[in-house]
Amino acid sequence: MNPSAEALRATFGSAIGRAVESCGDTIVYVDRAALLDVMAWLRDTPGQQYDYLVDVTAVEYRDRERPLELVYNLRSLDRRVDVRVKVELDPRGDLTVDSIVPLWRGADWLEREVYDMFGVAFRGHPDLRRILMWETYAEGHPLRKDFPLRGRFSRAEQVRQALAANPEAHYSLEELSIAAAYDELPPDMRERLRRGERGKIPHSE
Amino acid sequence: MKRVLETKEVTGQSPNYLLAKAQDLIDWAVNSSRANSLWPMPFGTACCAIEFMATAASRYDFARFGMERQAFSPRQADVLICAGRLPFKLAPVIRRIYDQMPQPKWVISMGACASTGGIFDNYAMVQGIDTIVPVDVYVPGGPPRPEGLLYGVLLLHKKIKGESLFDRAARREEQPLDERGLRLPPEQIDEISEPFGNSVHQFRSA
Repeated sequence: MNPSAEALRATFGSAIGRAVESCGDTIVYVDRAALLDVMAWLRDTPGQQYDYLVDVTAVEYRDRERPLELVYNLRSLDRRVDVRVKVELDPRGDLTVDSIVPLWRGADWLEREVYDMFGVAFRGHPDLRRILMWETYAEGHPLRKDFPLRGRFSRAEQVRQALAANPEAHYSLEELSIAAAYDELPPDMRERLRRGERGKIPHSE
Repeated sequence: MKRVLETKEVTGQSPNYLLAKAQDLIDWAVNSSRANSLWPMPFGTACCAIEFMATAASRYDFARFGMERQAFSPRQADVLICAGRLPFKLAPVIRRIYDQMPQPKWVISMGACASTGGIFDNYAMVQGIDTIVPVDVYVPGGPPRPEGLLYGVLLLHKKIKGESLFDRAARREEQPLDERGLRLPPEQIDEISEPFGNSVHQFRSA
């Protein structure tokens, strides 16, 4: 068992759930409200120094009683120690968690992938969009257990929506933050930037 | 070609005999030129593209069949070779590439995944690129060996040599998407996308 588990319990008390050892790795369950503090503490405390975020992912089990788990793999490059932090969420409840992008910039796309595949909303993420599926994808979050293997729509509807997509769609000016270069762009690209062109994005305002 | 042959049979003593002969000659010249200088547009998305590269390289060398120049621009291409699975995200891209190719144009669907979706019977994959673009030759295999692709190319040669400039039925026409934005009727797309083989043991709802 990694001694960080005991140190976490001593520091955060009841916000730390059970700690288990699996295949030589220590897994610490953390309350979702304390996630950001726990991660900051693990990264910055001398003696912990988990400075490298290996991966952010999620698991939903076939057993409907089990919660959806968010998985954070951390590694200390200096101390050569790993720890795995998990947050349990109710898959049919509120799926909102604090984003850890303020701590690790590299969590940006990892959290976008978890959002795309599982629908977990990361509070404070700078740019929470789909990353693997296209943005106008309206069928839901594919890795959820209630998502049918072949998608929710009929094949014909899937083909129709795919063919209706604009393969040359561009992001709008606000989304790209390249306003400084706007005047140097050719007129047609300026027009595209103004319009956005990405189509109707589901669940947007 | 077929129609011209029929014409010859029917009009053995007809004054059109010379005309038919001339059409035959023109078709032969045009089709031979087309078939023997096919410029492929490689659309490689998966492991089939590796076999495609092997086909293009020195051991198999499809330049022997007039495919010396690979057109990496659709505007100079004759045959679109979809080598690999096609996700829905790429469907509008391959359709755009196909639309940009000049007439006459042909499509080879290389491999099981491009032809039917293969093992990828899931939410993200097109179940056969014939729901997106018209396909002339399907090459089975996962991925097919270079011999397989070469055989498909030779079959395409045969098909091209059977076309005719003078017969509407055998002439290649542009096939745009219909007003629904589809190439085939929706029922037909659903039918050819149905699960088969091992996929029938998996359910839409589970």
